[in-house]
Amino acid sequence: MQVNDEIIDKLSNLTKLTFNPQEKVAIKSDLEKILNFMEKLNELDTTGVEPLIYINEDVNVVRADEVHYPISKEAALMNAPLKNADYIKVPKFVKGTKY
Amino acid sequence: MEIYRSLKTLQADLYSQKFTVTAYIQHTLQTINAHAHLNAFVHVFEESALQQAHNLDAKLQNKQTLGKLFGLTIAIKDNIVYANHPATGASKILEGFISPYSATVVEKLLQEDAIIVGTTNCDEFAMGGSNENSYYGPVLNPHDTTRVSGGSSGGSAVAVAANLCIAALGSDTGGSIRQPASFCGIVGLKPTYGRVSRYGLMAYGSSFDQIGPFTHSVEDAALILEVIAGADAYDATCSPKIVPAYTSSLHSNQKYKIAYYNNALEHEGVDTEVRAACWQFIDRLKQEGHTVEAIEFAELDYIVPAYYVLTTAEASSNLSRYDGVKYGYRAKEATDLESTYKLSRSQGFGKEVQRRIMSGAFVLSAGYYDAYYSKAQKVRRIVAEKTHKTLEEYDFILCPTAPTPAYKIGAVQDSIASFLGDIFTVQANIAGVPGISLPLYQSQNGLPIGMQLMAGRWQEEKLLAFANDLHII
Repeated sequence: MQVNDEIIDKLSNLTKLTFNPQEKVAIKSDLEKILNFMEKLNELDTTGVEPLIYINEDVNVVRADEVHYPISKEAALMNAPLKNADYIKVPKFVKGTKY
Repeated sequence: MEIYRSLKTLQADLYSQKFTVTAYIQHTLQTINAHAHLNAFVHVFEESALQQAHNLDAKLQNKQTLGKLFGLTIAIKDNIVYANHPATGASKILEGFISPYSATVVEKLLQEDAIIVGTTNCDEFAMGGSNENSYYGPVLNPHDTTRVSGGSSGGSAVAVAANLCIAALGSDTGGSIRQPASFCGIVGLKPTYGRVSRYGLMAYGSSFDQIGPFTHSVEDAALILEVIAGADAYDATCSPKIVPAYTSSLHSNQKYKIAYYNNALEHEGVDTEVRAACWQFIDRLKQEGHTVEAIEFAELDYIVPAYYVLTTAEASSNLSRYDGVKYGYRAKEATDLESTYKLSRSQGFGKEVQRRIMSGAFVLSAGYYDAYYSKAQKVRRIVAEKTHKTLEEYDFILCPTAPTPAYKIGAVQDSIASFLGDIFTVQANIAGVPGISLPLYQSQNGLPIGMQLMAGRWQEEKLLAFANDLHII
């Protein structure tokens, strides 16, 4: 698999990661190596094999639908980089809204 | 104060009041500080450890019933959270994070009167096999400080190997408990997938991750597993199966049927001394009356690529929570929401984590999903079913834990070469079966060489009993 700039740009948008031109060269080559390594799987015939998705054997593990408050609002806000008493603050992202 | 390598001997001295728990913890904290150069700890919980010691001394004075883990000094990997204590997953993106809640395993340890002494260094978000991908730098191997500790739970392994505490918890996604245990000469156990709650463990590959103990003795590993295993309302993948009393059946006089993979032992990447040690182990088992047979594992070369497709995919999804908004690092120069995400993540994550997030996003993306992700899930089924079938026919599968002993810091630069170091450990995670690394051999220059045993799902009882007979400290 050849990795071009277009793929990196698309993934960069999906992953919310940015790469400067120098880093872009490095990630392109790294990703290409990793994908080539992964492509070894193509040697194996998997015709008719169902994908294995869940490793746990129990299906539909349920519990009573009870409301718990394991964490207070204060505790939940404790690590926010920017906040007021009730909310996490982020830069403005809707036009006309005050930050 | 003497060095305690097993909980039983420590408890005997605590119960006979040879010294107080507080004195023991003070001594432990001094020992940890004196070994700061090993870089095993990220955070030392001096205050809460001493507080817990005071509480336990009071309980002992008042003749109150004490828990199974009374006095156990235990460290937790920096990706396991403890309420009101820092945990960062050895990542810059969580620098300064204080957990508002405790992992289920932490709650269970504290309920049984263990003392949590701190969090240990690891590869960032458990991604790596040498502890060199940590924001805090590599952990030094106490057997040779120019060598790596192994990883990703390198700090946990070194904390125990260097006698800084009696036990530690790590997490194992593809060998991250067993491989550093092998490199550092101690016992490392990865339980069956679903045996131990993952609540409060920073998720990497959710269908692979399991928490497990590092100890000197198999007995202590069994005891800790007995405490931390069991159903949890906060983790639906954690099994409601009854937890056996592992410590009450630690001897087996049975003769077992054991399989080994000929092509694994003969694999070109296996160090000659590791291969020789494994042959020695096979001979010993035969002499002790066990049946040891060679079988072929045709999919050996496919398990690591399949593992990387699946874990990077799960990681790319799991690590989307680190966005600079709710907690952790936020880039100062961000001007809008998009740049908050992008700059915080790009500055907060290390290189290896970024590579894995990118790989994972690729294999999950439209147009490539079937060829990579779905393909790897099919390979996972083939390998898992084969593993279960082998473990129906045989009691155990044995192989070296890692293809080499601990290597020099900086010696393995290439991601792919580092991936191949997982070749013997990932099978247990692919299939969800338990595996244990036992420190049975040494290289000529004194480096530990671990041997791994895998058993069928939920067969920790049999695995631990056999391991305990093989490894006597």
